Order: sequence, then structure tokens, then C-alpha cells
Amino acid sequence: MIELNINGRTHAVDADPHTPLLYVLRDHLALSGAKFGCGLGQCGACTVMVDGQATFSCLTPISVLPGRRIKTVEGLGTIEQPGPLQRAFIDEQAAQCGYCIAGMIMRAQALLEKNPSPSEAEIRRHMMPNLCRCGTHMRILRAVRRAAETMRAAATPGAKRSES
Amino acid sequence: MNLRMILAGSMLLGVLALAGSIDRPLVAAAAEAPERASFDAAVVAKGAELAAIGNCRSCHTQPEGAPFAGGLPLSTPFGTIHSTNITPDPDTGIGRWTGEDFLRAMHEGVDRAGRHLYPAFPYDHFTRMSAQDVAAIYAFIMTRDPVRAEVPANRLRLPAGFRPAIAVWKALYFEPGVYRPDASKSATWNRGAYLVDGLAHCGACHTPRNALGAENKRQDLGGGEAERWHASSLTETSPAPVPWSADTLYDYLRRGHEQRHGIAAGPMAPVVHNLSSVAEDDVRAIAVYVASRMQRPPSAPAAAADAVVASARERETDEASRATSRNAASAVDGADVFAGACASCHGAGPASPSAAPVALGLTTSVNAPDPRNAIHIVLEGLWPEPGAKGALMPGFAGELTDGQVIALIDYLRARFTNRPAWTDAPERVKEIRQAMQSEP
Repeated sequence: MIELNINGRTHAVDADPHTPLLYVLRDHLALSGAKFGCGLGQCGACTVMVDGQATFSCLTPISVLPGRRIKTVEGLGTIEQPGPLQRAFIDEQAAQCGYCIAGMIMRAQALLEKNPSPSEAEIRRHMMPNLCRCGTHMRILRAVRRAAETMRAAATPGAKRSES
Repeated sequence: MNLRMILAGSMLLGVLALAGSIDRPLVAAAAEAPERASFDAAVVAKGAELAAIGNCRSCHTQPEGAPFAGGLPLSTPFGTIHSTNITPDPDTGIGRWTGEDFLRAMHEGVDRAGRHLYPAFPYDHFTRMSAQDVAAIYAFIMTRDPVRAEVPANRLRLPAGFRPAIAVWKALYFEPGVYRPDASKSATWNRGAYLVDGLAHCGACHTPRNALGAENKRQDLGGGEAERWHASSLTETSPAPVPWSADTLYDYLRRGHEQRHGIAAGPMAPVVHNLSSVAEDDVRAIAVYVASRMQRPPSAPAAAADAVVASARERETDEASRATSRNAASAVDGADVFAGACASCHGAGPASPSAAPVALGLTTSVNAPDPRNAIHIVLEGLWPEPGAKGALMPGFAGELTDGQVIALIDYLRARFTNRPAWTDAPERVKEIRQAMQSEP
């Protein structure tokens, strides 16, 4: 058994140590936000966060994860109460087919947690590993900028702070 | 007192004696730089190609900065030095420099005001260039857009921070003089030697340096370093399992990858990016010359290339070799890391038509004398320049802890080569990780 801390909860998983995290999330734990795109770390649909860094879950064996904090798109909010990035993606209508979106959101989340005011160039460079086949990149970029603004506003003293 | 301190001390004394008498005056203070329109278009075009072979832009441009405007910090054992602005801006660049000033800088390492230049600017190589080639680069540089950009001050320790000290360094190590052809060799070989030793300054990275930062000419091209990467030996001591030939070197230099050796990465990536655009004959000449330097003596014949490739491929599928490497003492099993993180591309059989990585047993990074390049690639991955074609590998800096990276690269070394284990992986991983955090 391998213990994984996902979205603040500990899960004991019975799987081969080299099983990719993506398969465990989807097949063992019914966390199906992260998607299988290429299985080669070339598209980003499977992106989650490990210790605050955007990570391709299709290439992360669970043996390297005990003791580390994993965050998936399910950890950012719910349908009723979406988190700021999820809200921004909805408001900008950034999804077309939607397959890449969970990965896009998680990669953006990793950026905004580290750098609340990224420049346009920083956003583009950071988002580079994730592909959207439908071509909604411009909307995705708008959503990331919008989320950065709402997150900054929420973080300013006096404003109501939302927990995520 | 160690050797370095003795050298530094004697250098300082020498400098104090010589200071003031060494700096050289302006060539001709009154001379003016030519008008931009006066340069011949064909000469400018020639200069553009030569500047690409010389990789001028890589050092003289900051990331996302204006081309040739300088300011890139270069860390040396003696402190941090910033590349200069070589755009034709009259005040902050070289807009007032005449062709003669420029030639003197390239051939003698002296700036327009007569100050000695730090040898981070590789005039110990550029001195081999013909005056005509230098003039073409001058024409190219002087017709770029002028950019007004002050360069930050260098932060160097004494005695290096004391500019006349360079005179002593030059007296010890600098051998000026244009390349002299070897009449017993072909014109192509001579062209290659001229470019490699001169303009392309391959030895600046590929030759080891001594305690005072000078290239050790007895080990010319014998393997050095660049920006915390290992720069492979380009001599008979090359670690490549399949010996390089002029043809495979040409493919590598021209396209940035070679199926039996690997992919140009780190500081070599911009070099091959530049060489993809220059005259084919010049790249061919470089390949011919370097291949000749790599020739092993007849007493040490290399294994037949096909046999080496077959054995490297076999190791990718051989479960027995996998089992023997599992025993490496480590909290995490490198074999499990490999199976989960690497094998979908680097395992048996191509994972998809678009993923055809070089067999790891053939790569120079896994066969190199130190693990730095393998660590860099595991942590950072391989990313083509934006808009350029090239191999793409994700980096694992976020996925893997230091201990896991060490377990993985020790496993790669044991499984895919017959070479002795690396002993310095822990320090190297730490060093490279720190550098990644300070220079994102």
C-alpha cells in the first residue's frame, strides 16, 4: 500500500509502485478531472500539482509521492462553489471541447500561487507545455489574467478572503 | 597557502609593477565610424553568417532582451561579468568604433579606449580570424539597430577586478596570431580548423581551463564546461559509444540531433540553432575537422557501430539488466522511477510515431564522465526554442525530489552503460537545482 495525500486527504492505494498517478486518480479514486491525452508528457491534459508545482500526472509514478501534497482540479472548488480560476474559465467561456481545461487550470493555479501578478510573457512561458487542440488559447490566457485579478483583490487586506 | 593564492599574489605584485604602462591608447582618437549606408550589402550578409558561427548573440543578448545589447551576466570563478552592448549605439554601444578599433578588439583583446578586455570575450580564439572576416562581422554589427542600454557593472574579486591584471594574464596565456593553414591537409580540413579554433571558439567550452581561467592547450578540445554543463571531449577521448564521423557530426550540428548520439541541449542548443542557418560548406568543414580530432589511434579500435547500437537497444528490452540495477541502495528504486516516468518514451519499442528518442545507452549524457548533463536533462527536460522544431522532453524538477533524481540517474548509468558509477551525483543535483531556482 502506498499512502497519497490528495487535496488534503490521505488515501491508501494498492497499486504497483511505478503506476502513474493519473491512473490511480482516475481508476482507483474516481478523481476524473485530470485527463489522459498522450501519456508522454507532451500535451498537459493530465496536469496536477505536487508540492505546489505543475506536474504531468501521466509520467509521475506513485512511488515518488509519499509525504508530498497532491492537488487536483477537484481540490479547487465545486460545481456550486467554483474556485477563482474555475470561475474565470467559466466567465471567459474558455472551454470548447474542455478536454485540456483541467490541466490548464492546474498549471495556471501553480503559477498564480507562486506569482500573483505574472506578466503576459510570464503567463505564456509558464502555460507553454499545455496544448489545446480546439484553439481556445486566447480565451484561456484571458481567464488566467482574470483569475489573477480576482485572486489579488481577494488577498488585499479588508477584502473577504476565500479559502481554497 | 594554496597554489591559487600564490598565483594570485604574484599576479597582483606583477600587476602593481606593470600598471599604467600596459594599457594601450586609442588607435586614432579622431577617426570616425563609417556611416551605416556605406557598408556593402554582400559584406553585411557574409558578416551575418559569420556572426552566427561565432554565436555572438548568445552572450551579447539577455533573455528576451534586444539582440546584441549585452548585459547577460556570466558567472566565472572570479566573479560575475556582464556582456557588453555591441549594438552601434554611440554612447552605450560600439557606435563610435572604427573598423580598426573592432579588429584590435578581436585580435588583441583591447577596447576602443585602450583598456584590456576580459578573456570571457574569447579573443584568444578570434585572434586566429582573417582581417577580412572580422571586417564582415563589423559591417554586420554596425548595421544592426542601435540600442541605448547601459550594462551593469561587473562584480569581480581582486586581482581580477583590477583591469590591468589582464595584461599579466595575457602575457602568460594569450598567443595572438592569425590561423596558419596546414599544407598537408585538405582545404576543407583547414577551413574547419580555422573556424573551430577561431571564430566558433569551440575550445572556450570544450577545452578544460586552469586555475586562472586559461584553456589548457595540452588538452585542447579534451572536454570542459559551460554554464554548469559538461562540454564533451571532441578528441579521441570522446565518450560517445558509437564513434562520430564527419557525416554524423554534420547532421548533429545542422539539425540539432543525431540518432546514434543524442540531442544538442543546454548551451549547445543555441549553437546548433545558429548553424542551421549558415553556409552548408562551413558546417561540413567544422564536422570534417572535429571528426579528424576524434580519430582513435589504430591501437585502440572502436567496436563496430552496428554492434554498439544493437547492444544499446537490447538493454532497453532486457529485463535481466533491469533486475541487476534494482539493488542500488536507495530509499526509492531508480527502476520504479524509470518505469513510471521514463519508460513510456524510453522503454522498449516506440511509444508513438512521434516519440523516437535516442537509445539512452548511446547518449553522450549517460556515458559522460560526470552526471551534470543527465541531471540537467532529467530536471529541465528539452524544449526547442519557441517556434523552432526539435525534440521535446518534459522536465521532472517538480515530480522528483533530489534523492529520487539521484536514484534515477544512478540507475540509468548502471542499466545503460558499462561505465563506472558516478560518485558526485548528490552534490551535482544540489548545485543544479539551486542554479535553476536562482535563474529561472
